[in-house]
Amino acid sequence: MMSESVEETWNLRLYVAGQTPKSITAFANLKKICEEHLAGQYSIEVVDLLKNPQLAKGDQIIAIPTLVRKLPEPLKKIIGDLANTERVLVGLDIRPGP
Amino acid sequence: MVMEKHDLVAVEKCPTGIRGLDQITNGGLPKDRPTLVCGGAGSGKTLFAMEFLMHGAIEYGEPGVFMTFEETPQDLAKNFYSLGFDLPEMMSRGLIETDHVSITRSEIEETGEYDLEGLFIRLGAAIDAIGAKRVVLDTIEALFSELPNATILRAELRRLFLWLKGRSVTAIVTGESGDKTLTRYGLEEYVADCVILLDSRITGQIATRRMRIVKYRGAAHGADEYPFLIDEDGISVLPITSLGLDYPVSKERISSGVHRLDAMLGGKGFFQGSTILLSGTAGTGKTSLSATFADSACRRGERCLYFAFEESPRQIIRNMESIGLDLDQWVKKGLLKFHSARPTLYGLEMHLVTFHKVIEAFRPQVFIVDPISNLIDAGTAPEVKSVLTRLIDYLKMKKISSFLTDLTHSGDSPEGTREEISSLIDTWLLLRDIEIKGERNRGLYILKSRGMYHSNQLQEFLITNQGLDLVNIYTGSGEALTGSARAAQEAQERASEMERRHEADRIRRDQERKRKAFEEKIAALRAEFDAESQELDLLAEEEKERQQFVTEEQSKMKELRKGKLAADWEKAPKRKLNGKKKGA
Repeated sequence: MMSESVEETWNLRLYVAGQTPKSITAFANLKKICEEHLAGQYSIEVVDLLKNPQLAKGDQIIAIPTLVRKLPEPLKKIIGDLANTERVLVGLDIRPGP
Repeated sequence: MVMEKHDLVAVEKCPTGIRGLDQITNGGLPKDRPTLVCGGAGSGKTLFAMEFLMHGAIEYGEPGVFMTFEETPQDLAKNFYSLGFDLPEMMSRGLIETDHVSITRSEIEETGEYDLEGLFIRLGAAIDAIGAKRVVLDTIEALFSELPNATILRAELRRLFLWLKGRSVTAIVTGESGDKTLTRYGLEEYVADCVILLDSRITGQIATRRMRIVKYRGAAHGADEYPFLIDEDGISVLPITSLGLDYPVSKERISSGVHRLDAMLGGKGFFQGSTILLSGTAGTGKTSLSATFADSACRRGERCLYFAFEESPRQIIRNMESIGLDLDQWVKKGLLKFHSARPTLYGLEMHLVTFHKVIEAFRPQVFIVDPISNLIDAGTAPEVKSVLTRLIDYLKMKKISSFLTDLTHSGDSPEGTREEISSLIDTWLLLRDIEIKGERNRGLYILKSRGMYHSNQLQEFLITNQGLDLVNIYTGSGEALTGSARAAQEAQERASEMERRHEADRIRRDQERKRKAFEEKIAALRAEFDAESQELDLLAEEEKERQQFVTEEQSKMKELRKGKLAADWEKAPKRKLNGKKKGA
């Protein structure tokens, strides 16, 4: 995996259901990790299923919050509030920076 | 019955539309509550859930959501199609909504706290989309193997079932059976209202499906295991247990098809709606008598269902032609229906379900099983008895006259059935072999026949190309004879009778001859007597003439003598003459 590649774009989507504490924690944790490891290479889309419930089916979401790595492929999913940075990095397949 | 009334008030029921189940549960599953349907692999859980949903949508106007955790929508559509339901069409009409929940563990990483709100949202969206009143979750336990945190999962499932109640939907949650628990992950702890266990058991290589209502909060329900059948029409549960003894009875009588047998049965035949058992060893004519009974039912315009466990329908029809029965005409007219199956084709309970189903579909007035003894191959004696008891109770409820044959073996007591069902039988006919003088003949007698005068005689049962008949067995000179021995004895009796008749004739002829001779003799004697009489008369005449002559001569002489002496002489001959007159 060429994580250092400048051209690579990380397309991430975070599914939440309203402004719950878990959702807020998850978004904060995600933002922090991305800034540290993927600065300038990522985009985060937050999907609130309370507003768009039909979207849950498409990405096979059952747990909230769920982070989906749309790009780069293959698709990856991380469920939970992303409190454990190590696990998030493994889940997103990001090699910790030097 | 009082209980039932109470139930209606206590728990509202949601009909499943599954044949038989709604009868066991007095109306269906608890309305607006989740029900757990658990069972091993292949026990029919998914089918159960599908039928519940489809009948709801089609028959009860309740749209439903099918959320599957195992099968893809394509597979699901195929499964529904196999039951005759067009899933895509139903979905397009807004009657059914499906959602396939697929999660792959390898794709998922778990960090920190989460909940299953996504699942709730999806389910909620599906329910709202079609206004669903029914929900199926099949099999939600799949989540346990995909989501590592069982603690969260359990908490969320508990919340899900509460949520379902809150949504006022009647739900079926399926679960896989565990080793010692009803479900592998203990779902029964959460779904507390109603639990149904499906089971497939194999005894002697024959599988029997059974259903048991483990729990039904707030409602009376049958606690038994109910056999059920899965076939092209879906699930049929057999609601019949022993129904009690309050069935309707009839005073109508129906013919057995054999005139002399009817005569033995008080002259009128069997009671309509009664249970008739025909026992007999091999080759005693059980099938012939069954077929004759079927034929007579069809002649009356009744519908007859014939379950054959030994022969194929074509073979029975062909064989019965040899005794002058044309069964084919009734089959063509739709009055007679054969159902052939090998007893070992499936389990005993399954046979009962099959009986039940075919009877419901054909609605016969006469039901024949030939023979029931073969069912014993499909189960143990107590099981057979239980099944037959339920079958007979069911038939009596339906006022169907049933004619069962039972193959006994020469070693058995002829007056016992291996199935021990004699107490259930109203009329019991027994066919037996009678072996005399190197010949085997058939005898028939009535072992019992409740509620009617019946003959106690053993009759010889004849199978001829004109049909069946009974004849009196020869019982003279202290022995009972049948067949050619009877015929010989009868011939012999006829011969000696004839001899006696000839002897009498001869004596009569002798007598006649003697009488004639006697009369001739009398005639001869009379002739002789007459001849003598004539001679006597002649003599008298001559004497008279002589007297006259003498008198004339004397008067001449008197005239000549003219003396006293002549007067004295005159007196004496007068006396002589008087004496002669007296003698004549």
